[in-house]
Amino acid sequence: MTEGSPAPVLRAFRRRDLRAMPGFKAMAWLCIIALYMPLAVLIIFSFNDNRSVVRWTEFSLDWYAKALANDGIRNAALVSVKIALFATVISTVVATMAALATTRTRGFRGQGLVYGIINQPLMIPEIVTAIATLSLFALIKRLTGVTGVGYLMMAHAAFCIPFAYMPIRARLETMTLTMEQAAADLYATPLKAFALITLPLLGPGIVSGAMLAFVVSLDDVIITLLVAGPGETTLPIYILGAIRRGITPEINAVSTILVAVSVLLVVLLFFVQRRMQR
Amino acid sequence: MSAPPQNPALAAAIASTTRRERTTRAALLAPALLIILTISVLPLGITLVYSFLTPGTYGGVTWEFSVNSYLQFLFDRDIFDDTLSFNPAYLSIYLRSIGLALGATLGALILGFPTAYFIATKPREQRNIWLFLVTLPFWTNLLIRTYAMLLIIRDEGIINTVLMQIGLLNAPLTILYTDTAVFIGLIYSYLPFMVLPLYASLEKLDFNLVEAGYDLYANRLRVLFHVIVPLAKPGIVAGCVLVFIPGLGAYITPELLGGGKKLMIGNMIAMQFGASRNWPFGSAAALILMTLVILVLLVYARAARRKEAVHD
Amino acid sequence: MTNTHTGTVLADQGSADAHRPAAVSVQKLSKRFGAGPFAITALDAVEIDIDQNEFFTLLGPSGCGKTTLLRLIAGFELPSSGTIALQGEDITALPPHRRPVNTVFQSYALFPHMTVAENIGFGLRMLGKSKAEIGTVTERMLALVQLEALAGRRTDQLSGGQQQRVALARALAPAPRVLLLDEPLAALDLKLRKSMQLELKSLQAETGITFIFVTHDQEEALTMSDRIAVMKAGRILQVGNPRQIYDRPEHRFVADFIGDINILEATVLEARDGVATVRLKDGTKVSAGTAAGAAPTGEVAIAIRPENLRLAGEGESATITGTLENLVYFGAASNLHLRLPTGEDLVVRVPGTFAEGRYTPGASLGVSFQPELTRVLA
Repeated sequence: MTEGSPAPVLRAFRRRDLRAMPGFKAMAWLCIIALYMPLAVLIIFSFNDNRSVVRWTEFSLDWYAKALANDGIRNAALVSVKIALFATVISTVVATMAALATTRTRGFRGQGLVYGIINQPLMIPEIVTAIATLSLFALIKRLTGVTGVGYLMMAHAAFCIPFAYMPIRARLETMTLTMEQAAADLYATPLKAFALITLPLLGPGIVSGAMLAFVVSLDDVIITLLVAGPGETTLPIYILGAIRRGITPEINAVSTILVAVSVLLVVLLFFVQRRMQR
Repeated sequence: MSAPPQNPALAAAIASTTRRERTTRAALLAPALLIILTISVLPLGITLVYSFLTPGTYGGVTWEFSVNSYLQFLFDRDIFDDTLSFNPAYLSIYLRSIGLALGATLGALILGFPTAYFIATKPREQRNIWLFLVTLPFWTNLLIRTYAMLLIIRDEGIINTVLMQIGLLNAPLTILYTDTAVFIGLIYSYLPFMVLPLYASLEKLDFNLVEAGYDLYANRLRVLFHVIVPLAKPGIVAGCVLVFIPGLGAYITPELLGGGKKLMIGNMIAMQFGASRNWPFGSAAALILMTLVILVLLVYARAARRKEAVHD
Repeated sequence: MTNTHTGTVLADQGSADAHRPAAVSVQKLSKRFGAGPFAITALDAVEIDIDQNEFFTLLGPSGCGKTTLLRLIAGFELPSSGTIALQGEDITALPPHRRPVNTVFQSYALFPHMTVAENIGFGLRMLGKSKAEIGTVTERMLALVQLEALAGRRTDQLSGGQQQRVALARALAPAPRVLLLDEPLAALDLKLRKSMQLELKSLQAETGITFIFVTHDQEEALTMSDRIAVMKAGRILQVGNPRQIYDRPEHRFVADFIGDINILEATVLEARDGVATVRLKDGTKVSAGTAAGAAPTGEVAIAIRPENLRLAGEGESATITGTLENLVYFGAASNLHLRLPTGEDLVVRVPGTFAEGRYTPGASLGVSFQPELTRVLA
């Protein structure tokens, strides 16, 4: 570069981005801080060697040890994972099927209604779904006498469907039918074209859908709270009960673990979707 | 009218293709629809029926028709002479909830708009990181985030401790278990819902229009309110709907931060299925909430459709 | 390369190879999308016979039905009525995976999760060929399109031109009886497109496979094709070899769509044996060729290419005289824009610097029409 630094006027002009609004940057940072500060405090004090969740004394993993040794927490974690896995498998499979039906066939009458039904769990306030599901299950239980964790699992599967459906459908919509047509043109039967072309290309969408479903199931409070029977305490329900009994750093420790699991999954998801865009 | 194809093999192929497509579609849709219809839609019907029944002594319902649930919403029945007197207790819970949800929506808009605008004007690579940072909390447990907020705003929480240590306060500021706490908690919970749709419409904004605004002697405020805000309106409306609806039905936030004393609709409904053992009234209350939500969605859908019609 | 079928017109088809059925024979083929009053007719009773070994081009503007016709031949859509036969065998109702034709897609549609070699071998794999055979054919195809070095690459690491070659090799690998090409060069830049045009042409000669090529680019069609079908609004307007299409257009649309052309309003005075005498608006009489078997009457248009007009020299008799309005020089040639006494404009093309200093605007210039290169349009 042979030319000197640009004239001061030019430099001033460059620095002044016309799109920028005064104070907006500060507001954005304030939002980020407000969103993360509480979580940061929660996590920091889970490592505190003290009963207090305010005064820091020394680093320690005692509360994690205590939490992991707590049978209540261990059982709740097990129940949570069991339910989440079941809900994830069921919702991802049926959501994949539904997404194929709504994108891989020609437009049909009632398509809007189908979208409406699939997204229904997102549109109704969760508390309403919760008490309605409770009423249905109470009725079935009284009529058949059948009880068990299956009810809660199905409830989770139902509200996970729209979450699994969204990324799968989005993925399918970016995949033109040309790929399948190219396969058919090269003598692949419809079944082979699906197995060798559609499914592998849809893979990242299905993984995203499954991850979302898992996180949503793992995090659910309201529906679980109302629908769960005795002995079906999930981790969030256990935490809610513990908070009501009194705040201890042990809650912080369990919460941190749960947050870590969700964050890990979502970060993974972020990278899966980044790869998908390429 | 299309003439019938003369070629019989073609006619058969067209018929079988159409038939196969229909059966495949039906088979693929059936499981998802079946699950959602039985576990999410059918129960709403049951709720409607329950709302017209009589509460059972130990929870549940007795199959006796009654409109008491809906009367109870507005009136008290005198246990001696059966007369009705107006009781605003439940109505006020609804009005409080609507007020809190509206307030939280406005608060989220004031915080979220500058944030979304700021993100939309960032270089593309940085935008994704910012968006990720905004969405990440949404995927962490709402209960845990609310608990974290509780830790901060308690009397002994970090905010009061710090403010007292630096001498700005000499007695803790009581936020927890007040409307303010619920208000803060709602904004905190649903802020990502505001930022995302706002960002989506601001990202599409043609910034040449902003420059044109300046070129035509508008100052920053005028450009903001006469150029940017009108163009971002679909995002603003969508964001407001997305914050208002879950805010109205919130359960965890008022439960933890309102301390169960400052009730919102969600807690009141849950209570009817718990300690109060009045399922019919809880059902009626839930249906009233759902009606409110559907009204908001309908207004939103109509506004969105009108906008589309203008654009066509 | 000489192809015996070059120059065959629809009318005298069959005489060359009466015993051999057409590679592709399309009869009364119609395709409507939607139903009832909102139905759109994409193809309207189309008829064509495409010969073995022919490089056949479907040319027309977007929405003319050329891609629909190609997709019907490939089997991606079923026609509403009509038949498609491949070497005499009715394939109208067969699904795409049972038709021995392969397609090169406009977007290439390479499978992104497979390597170049896997893409090329896919068709053979689906046909159940042995690993050894797939290997040999794939190698031969890679050599054919000069991509041997890239066999193990993923397709998203290739340039546009390389992707185009992979798509071509993939479609040729199963040795289809007919290769369908849907605007395969549209996404390439001009220089690459030019060289791919020649390559495609020689590839077709080498493999001896019938090519059906869809394009909206008239120059591309003229360069590559043995025969061209010009389409508009779901119908085929004219079929012929490039010379016939260029020199003897039969429709105003065909004349206008391909190259530059002068079109003048006229009235038929007499038509006989493929020659008509017409009167221009100012009364000038002109002789012009008509389509085979056509006997035009009444109001028509005549068409003549700018390069087929001659300026009359001193003392020569001219067909018509116009006033020079404008002179546009563009390298190899110049266009003289004349205003005729009919009120119409006429463009005459002369070699590059021929007109320089010779004519000035306002001059009166005589122009001669050559009857054999002047056409009456339908």
